[in-house]
Amino acid sequence: VPAYDEVEVGTELAATTYPVRRADLVRYAGASGDFNVIHWNERTARAVGLPDVIAHGMFTMAELGRFVTDWAGDPGRVVSLGTRFSRPVPVPDDDTGATVTVSGKVERKDDDRRTVVLALLATTPGEDGQPVKVLSGAKATVRLA
Amino acid sequence: MNKSTVGKVYRPAQTYQVGREGIGDFARAIGDANPLYLDPAAARAAGYADVIAPPTFLTAVGNRFEADNPMFDPEVEVDFSRIVHSEQRFELARPVTAGDELSVTVTITQIKDVSVHELLAWETTFHDQEGALVATAFGSVISRETAAPKTERGV
Repeated sequence: VPAYDEVEVGTELAATTYPVRRADLVRYAGASGDFNVIHWNERTARAVGLPDVIAHGMFTMAELGRFVTDWAGDPGRVVSLGTRFSRPVPVPDDDTGATVTVSGKVERKDDDRRTVVLALLATTPGEDGQPVKVLSGAKATVRLA
Repeated sequence: MNKSTVGKVYRPAQTYQVGREGIGDFARAIGDANPLYLDPAAARAAGYADVIAPPTFLTAVGNRFEADNPMFDPEVEVDFSRIVHSEQRFELARPVTAGDELSVTVTITQIKDVSVHELLAWETTFHDQEGALVATAFGSVISRETAAPKTERGV
């Protein structure tokens, strides 16, 4: 667990890449209760104009949360987590699937509440290999000792 | 969508029993093996009564009550195939913990046109069996190209 006094505004947090495979989406659908067909059926996804089956936005947000809770050490210290969903994450039907890379930095500190605000970003490789923003304006507030 | 449903409140009759299995399944589904999600002894050592849940676990709690979800309410007139998630935020007073019995209240806070699209926003509160607020979730979705056509001025 990082100590509040040792956290510095502007510090970049090392980017982390998480796998997103079809099997992950099936498991997430079951555990979250979100059975929207576009997250598991390619025929339906393409029929509504999507390039492929797409990951649940909340699955991608969960990986954002994991990035924050791994940094915080104790997930119970997270007091706020929010994001905008800017683009979907297409997940091809192969063994590697897609990836989501989360990065962030310490945006500000609140000495009275002893909280730290992290500004976060999640991307997935686009068709040309360049990162495409999938979560934007994401923030987390973590209370530290 | 039916803008007259702004302010409508949904209160599922049942509560959600937070258990170790539900939290463990969710943690494994997001690929997170944090011991505070999976090991009651580790959670107690960290000062919690039992295992705690990842911050976004509340979405699984909300999804449990499909009959009390504005998105599936015929009165709101949502075309689910046109819906994309726009924003989501969780404010946590404390971590959700195994043993919690959560009461859920969903309120439609906004329905408005955004150019040719429509936006639906809601707020969900989660209270425990003591009546204390555990968390509030704020969500919004965009309904693609469902806004009523605008009448041009002077035509």
